[in-house]
Amino acid sequence: MGIGGMVAKLKADVADTGEPLLEVKDLSIDFHLRTHILHAVRNVSFALERGRTLCLVGESGSGKSVTARALLGIVDRQGRIAGGRILLHGDEGEVDIAQMTERSSELLRIRGGRIGLVFQEPMSSLSPVHTIGSQIIEALRLHRRLDARAARAETVELLRQVEIRDPETMVDRYTFEFSGGMRQRAMIAMALACDPDILIADEPTTALDVTTQAEILDLIKRLQVSRGMAMLLITHDMGVVAEVADDVAVMRYGRIVETGSVDDVFHAAQHPYTSSLLSSTVRLEQPRADIRDRAEALGEPVLSVRSLTKVYGAVSGWFGKSGPALTAVDDASFDLHAGENLGIVGESGSGKTTLGRLILRTVEPTSGSITYRRKDGTSDDVLALSKAGLKDYHRQVRLVFQDPFASLNPRMTVKQIVGDPLVVAGTLRGAALEHRVGELLDLVGIDPRSMERYPHAFSGGQRQRIGIARALALDPSVLIADEATAALDVSIRAQILDLLLDIQKRLGLSFIFISHDISVVRYFCDHVAVMHRGRIVEMGTAEEIVNNPREPYTQSLISAVPNPDPRNKRMLHRTRFKS
Amino acid sequence: MMGRYIVKRLIYMVPTLIGMSIIAFLIIQLPPGDYLTSMIARMTESGENVDPAQVARLREIYGLDDPVLIQYWKWISGILLRGDFGHSFEWNRPVSDLIWERMGSTLAISLASLLFVWAVALPIGIYSAVRRHSFGDYAFTFLGFLGLAIPNFILALTLMYVTYRYLGQSVGGLYSPQYVEAPWSWGKFVDLLSHLWIPIIVIGTSGTAALIRILRANLTDELNKPYVVTAKAKGLPEYKVVLKYPVRIALNPFVSAIGWVLPELISGVTITAIVLNLPTAGPLLLRALVSQDMYLAGSFILLMGVLTLIGMLVSDLLLALLDPRIRFT
Amino acid sequence: MTTQVFLDTVGEERPAVSPLKTGAPLEDIAVAGQWRLIWGRFIQHRVAVGAGIVIAVFYFIALFVEFLAPALPEASRPQYTYAPPQSIGLFVADESGGTRFQPHVKGYAIEVDPVALRRTFVVDDTKIVPIGFFVEGPTYKLWGVFAMNRHLIGPLNPTDPMYLLGTDKLGRDLMTRLIYGTRVSMSIGLVGVAISLCLGVVLGSLSGFYGGWVDMTIQRIIEVISSMPTIPLWLGLAAAIPLTWSPLQVYFVITLIVSLFGWTGLAREVRGRFYALRGEDFVTAARLDGSGERRLIFRHILPSLTSHILAVLTLAIPTMIVAETALSFLGVGLKPPVVSWGVLLQDAQNIRTVATAPWLLVWPAAAVVVVVLAYNFLGDGLRDAADPYES
Repeated sequence: MGIGGMVAKLKADVADTGEPLLEVKDLSIDFHLRTHILHAVRNVSFALERGRTLCLVGESGSGKSVTARALLGIVDRQGRIAGGRILLHGDEGEVDIAQMTERSSELLRIRGGRIGLVFQEPMSSLSPVHTIGSQIIEALRLHRRLDARAARAETVELLRQVEIRDPETMVDRYTFEFSGGMRQRAMIAMALACDPDILIADEPTTALDVTTQAEILDLIKRLQVSRGMAMLLITHDMGVVAEVADDVAVMRYGRIVETGSVDDVFHAAQHPYTSSLLSSTVRLEQPRADIRDRAEALGEPVLSVRSLTKVYGAVSGWFGKSGPALTAVDDASFDLHAGENLGIVGESGSGKTTLGRLILRTVEPTSGSITYRRKDGTSDDVLALSKAGLKDYHRQVRLVFQDPFASLNPRMTVKQIVGDPLVVAGTLRGAALEHRVGELLDLVGIDPRSMERYPHAFSGGQRQRIGIARALALDPSVLIADEATAALDVSIRAQILDLLLDIQKRLGLSFIFISHDISVVRYFCDHVAVMHRGRIVEMGTAEEIVNNPREPYTQSLISAVPNPDPRNKRMLHRTRFKS
Repeated sequence: MMGRYIVKRLIYMVPTLIGMSIIAFLIIQLPPGDYLTSMIARMTESGENVDPAQVARLREIYGLDDPVLIQYWKWISGILLRGDFGHSFEWNRPVSDLIWERMGSTLAISLASLLFVWAVALPIGIYSAVRRHSFGDYAFTFLGFLGLAIPNFILALTLMYVTYRYLGQSVGGLYSPQYVEAPWSWGKFVDLLSHLWIPIIVIGTSGTAALIRILRANLTDELNKPYVVTAKAKGLPEYKVVLKYPVRIALNPFVSAIGWVLPELISGVTITAIVLNLPTAGPLLLRALVSQDMYLAGSFILLMGVLTLIGMLVSDLLLALLDPRIRFT
Repeated sequence: MTTQVFLDTVGEERPAVSPLKTGAPLEDIAVAGQWRLIWGRFIQHRVAVGAGIVIAVFYFIALFVEFLAPALPEASRPQYTYAPPQSIGLFVADESGGTRFQPHVKGYAIEVDPVALRRTFVVDDTKIVPIGFFVEGPTYKLWGVFAMNRHLIGPLNPTDPMYLLGTDKLGRDLMTRLIYGTRVSMSIGLVGVAISLCLGVVLGSLSGFYGGWVDMTIQRIIEVISSMPTIPLWLGLAAAIPLTWSPLQVYFVITLIVSLFGWTGLAREVRGRFYALRGEDFVTAARLDGSGERRLIFRHILPSLTSHILAVLTLAIPTMIVAETALSFLGVGLKPPVVSWGVLLQDAQNIRTVATAPWLLVWPAAAVVVVVLAYNFLGDGLRDAADPYES
């Protein structure tokens, strides 16, 4: 059957939506760890219906991915299905996937044949040493018994369907020659190769930029509707849920706490966890109450950046030029005022992180200037500072890291970590040091009595608080926060942002807030600079940028952000940016 | 793409080669006094007459009164330009007459051992990784530890003792006495094989053990990668998933093993050959060192180094062929 | 889909777990530093702990060699050439027909093979050699200082033969020599590893921390050394030791040679980890906190490395022990009168000797293998435990 015929058949099928294809009943999965059994999934029940999308939403550790994989009979080595049924309905009646062994041929027919799977990591979920084509052809030959030539033709057709340009050439390329978005498209093509009834997408867009995310979600949704598949989408992002879901199941600590249609869940949530999840998300979607009067009450600029540029790789090596020069940051200029929160947004590769490092001079700029003004009115040319001067500058301008796990030395106690800058500065010691560390911990909401503990005793959000306490130890005037909330779950993210705002109010700091997440920037920042390919393409107040962007790139960026309101889907009406 | 890579690798080898030649030269220079003095001492000891004119001529030829750098240059340029490795005082023949046959058999036995290492390590490594923590895995792991722990020469001695004691057969050498000088024939080949197995097992054991461990660790890593789950989710049966994807990637250490197993094997051949009295470079090297026939000894050491370097080059090139990621960057 | 709410889940604060065993209380782990965590992980490796105990026993032996050995290493009795090992009996029959507790070994009788005219020893059941603990024997100086004559075990009558592991061609007690060899062989590993450690850590850290041409040069050197086949190179260097040197000088030069090639692996490991750590966020954080280079290295980077270095060192010791054994075995390493396991194995070079006196091969070889095996197990356990922070 050709693609055309298939689509026609499926179009006909779309009519009978609502028929359950797969039912999960009381599914429980246990993980046998060294010291304890973790009940990763407990009594989970839901159903997937033809033509509908169920979103399984939850924060990290909620057991949502484990559940999704179990539907294909894939359970990690330490894990086992402790109870429940996974009923797949087909022409020959229903079968229970939970009862099947790893080697049963029936299970192998279902995997890829009736249920397709798309993964989060487009980098690592395709084999790096095989061409994209060969990986898709393999699935086709396995389930549809095509000969090599037909399978190849079909693969090219599939790549075309997932909107990969020039599929005849790309079919013979390796994964590392693909961009992240392209890989995810190839992955989708693979999952759809054998025309499955059910598509499971496990965080399919989490690792992607927001504009790419919009395109991929768009593609998945269109393919699901046109093929009349049932879809299970796993995500942590309520925005994504609102954009694509028909039904929602909210998971937490291995249990489903609430299920319902997307509209009910978003507009009439009954479980307190669902409400808090929503409010954390929605709160970040709205401007802060005090934002307008703040933008006007700004002081002198503390940091002035002019024409800052960083060019990589223009040096000629032994074997001629080692590749073309890459301009990571191109002619960036802005002022940071006292008490201001400046947001720098951009997608991966836009140069925003490099810009942050340039300001701190952990990466040396190629050209441009940075001027830092102290509270006493004197000013420094940062690029001309001596080693000692730079040390002093680093006491004034501090960095908050993205990864709360990597940025704290696991071999030092919290007291040592937070106290380290004070010890180096030589200002405090002994009981005074301890007292100051206690103050700082108190300030960031950590119990000072736990200062003798090591970082491994704290959760991600708590560690981020410790990192902030360290940044504050030397009474800085500027904090540069590089994706400081990106690694955190949404509810924790909101708490950390509020903490930072609170500290700012108390200590009169300025922030440079680097993020890919527009809603976070909008919530937190007074002014926003949008970066694209190393250049600052647009600057303005947060409200201007979000509500009334002028540049086409900014428009496409803003409109690609999923809106956590199913009654007002934004992504599907987005403007596309053509460079 | 590939051509450029090869050129790059070759250029990379040059400093290493120079370093190796310096080490070999150092070893030649290391014994106190030079070999002429020691030769004269020996000759006078045994009552021979030493002609001062001849001594002066020899000093001239070998430039023994030149600064060290010039001596090095004379030595290395002789090797590079004329294939002249110097003179063996003990055998009173040019070194190049003595080394090639011995180096040939060293290489042959090393390669045979490499094949043995591969043939044994691959199936066991895969089995151990796929059936982790099974009884078989534990058994192989223990054997692997044992293989790593028993030094070559002890293993050689033990096998010699066992065959001597229980099979009543003496296992030294590569051929039975009647075949040593005989022309090649089927009988000689069979005889060679019946002698070869002991050195190959002795030399290959520790390499095999190490490779099994590496393969097991690598494969275990690969088996946890998301692309393996992707392949499973496609509906591939387990054996196909393992053989097609992780094994393919875990083969990299296998090929790169040529690079680090080869020096070990050549090392192993050297000492094993001394114990088992095989006609390879080992016994000759030891003898040359003991009698301070330093040009011969230095040449062996240099050539063994070059051999491993070539092995590394081959492994790098194979690796590039095997893994597109290396080829393209 | 109909809306369903499960309000019984409201109060849950963490994922559900059922404990399998009662571990350390949570509060305790929270304040546990890296070494406590590493120790906690290490002692779960039964095999590694066992191996550690074996190694400790060997070092104990090495420490009290003179007291533990029943005789002196050079005491030879030509009448007992190639005497086979004896076994210890506990009870003897006394005159009245009963049995009495008396640890003993059986004496030897000599038979002359009428064809080969070779003397062979057989155990003579009628000769009882009573033995005991803490007996008086030949006088020795413990650690070269304290003159003593007590031995842990020995014949009650010092002139009686007691050769639990047999004798060599000069009629010297193999057990005594093996025990004395332990001191030399085990200490070579330690001294060698200490030298390797200095070279490896210094060069590896320089290479990893400064990068650039420093790194380039050091890496080239490492590459050259590690791509040379080790045994030919060891042979070449060891053969250059002048015959006139004293045993002590030879000992140190051999140790130096052996460690010279052990450091490359260590330097690589240290460099690799340095590289990785230098890019870690917490090191960048410390740099931004104002830490100078020295503080960065000693306070932040090295503490993260020490456990790994320890593991690599443990795995390097056995290679050095084997290297010494191999060199001495080939006759270019330590030479008599120094006693090491390699020197002992030299006696087993000839297959005919081994056929007559297999114990000359078996016991020294067993000592080498057991120690090397134990070190490998221990090192493996340490390596697994070295990073308690990865899951």
